[in-house]
Amino acid sequence: MKHLLSIDELSTDEILQLFETAADMHDVQGREVKKLPALRGRTVVNMFFEDSTRTRSSFEIAGKWLSADVINVSAKGSSASKGESLRDTVLTVCAMGVDGLVIRHPASGAAVQVSQWVDAAVINAGDGMHEHPTQALLDAYTLQRHLGSLEGRHVAIIGDLTHSRVFRSNVQCLTRLGARVTVVAPPTLMPSGIAAWSAAAGFETSYDADSVLPDADAVMMLRVQRERMSGAFFPSAREYTVGYGLTRNRLALLKPDVPICHPGPMNRGLEIAADAADAAQSVVLEQVSSGLAIRMAVLYHLLAGSSEGGVA
Amino acid sequence: MPAPDEAVPDPASDRAVRTVLDARDISRALTRISHELLERNKGATDLVLLGLHTRGVPLARRIAERIASVEGAPVAVGELDVTMYRDDLRSQPTRRAHRTALPPSGIDGKVVVLVDDVLFSGRTIRAALDALADLGRPAAVRLAVLVDRGHRELPIRADHVGKNLPSALAERVSVRLSEVDGTDEVTIS
Repeated sequence: MKHLLSIDELSTDEILQLFETAADMHDVQGREVKKLPALRGRTVVNMFFEDSTRTRSSFEIAGKWLSADVINVSAKGSSASKGESLRDTVLTVCAMGVDGLVIRHPASGAAVQVSQWVDAAVINAGDGMHEHPTQALLDAYTLQRHLGSLEGRHVAIIGDLTHSRVFRSNVQCLTRLGARVTVVAPPTLMPSGIAAWSAAAGFETSYDADSVLPDADAVMMLRVQRERMSGAFFPSAREYTVGYGLTRNRLALLKPDVPICHPGPMNRGLEIAADAADAAQSVVLEQVSSGLAIRMAVLYHLLAGSSEGGVA
Repeated sequence: MPAPDEAVPDPASDRAVRTVLDARDISRALTRISHELLERNKGATDLVLLGLHTRGVPLARRIAERIASVEGAPVAVGELDVTMYRDDLRSQPTRRAHRTALPPSGIDGKVVVLVDDVLFSGRTIRAALDALADLGRPAAVRLAVLVDRGHRELPIRADHVGKNLPSALAERVSVRLSEVDGTDEVTIS
């Protein structure tokens, strides 16, 4: 494993190894000295060409707790805003001797492209509407901690599928771990061509949240991504909430103690009601702490050992 | 890594596997170490046994059982993983980390006994001492090993040794324990 670009290129074994390492890293969060020396002397650059709070700070803290030097570069305030191309920005930063490059970019495929330009290990922290692998890993890891094995468990993913990289990574990761996945969206937010994809990848699609929820072992709500919407995908916010939001009424349809995930940031009152977001079974904040553990595990696996070879 | 000048037997002539300790020898050695620990510490109060992954963990548990049966009270036992603290992380493919689990009472102000199967270069123990410094401040740290095979590369020695086993650098000392390997023995080959 040289880069982490998509879930697709991870083997099931590699995913489970990352989970095991993440479990060890999780313990570090409870310690007084939250520091491991494994990445001493390594440099990690966070390049964020899109806004982010949790992913960027999570990667930053993960790197620092492993003793790496972490530098943040964001599009605003960098040479990118003066018109420098992505390639030049990336090569400039890597010329400073960077070992790991965490990149988020609004263009799908940006991380793969960057990995072909540089020697550093590239981690995809979200590329357009394509993939967000660490989010999928942390979601599956969180669910596994609640449900035990994901084998045969039914996960419902509900929301804006068209614009969601979280859904694209998650559906691959969850099905790989043996979960049954049903994705739910209004017809306008269902990606085109999903019928062929779902048939090939073995997940189900539905337009009706109310019929899926009673059978779910876990629910994952997705954010309505207004910043990526160029047209009108639903008549009004109210209408979306009535059809697809996790409202108090829908919460009552769930089996007891079914974990509720949301990758954040939440649009409270739109795709998720406060009753659901703050319910005892909501694992939203746990996802954040799992995210830190997963990102530590990813950085450790990519950067700690010699550059050749996998995990011993 | 200078090998000692004398006593380096031709490795080819002595490739046969020889059992140095059998199950009963191991059991006796651990019983003796348990008593030594109690004597040195004047009882089991404030004692914390930390096994080093992989085979130090079952050894620490066995010593804890023996101490508990002598003293009539349980002794704190935990496990310590030093992967992140190794000085050879970078020269090898990424190593799998294991879990570090401290007893709930912690290690601050306690007498921590590190337990490992083989003491060789001393680098694992160096890493363990660094790991301990991040976890707390013990009153004292001691080291108990089942086998000391020599060839130290750092100024480290064990306080309690099951068996001193002079060995050539090229020889291979293997410890097998029933919890991990299904059988109890120490071999040299």
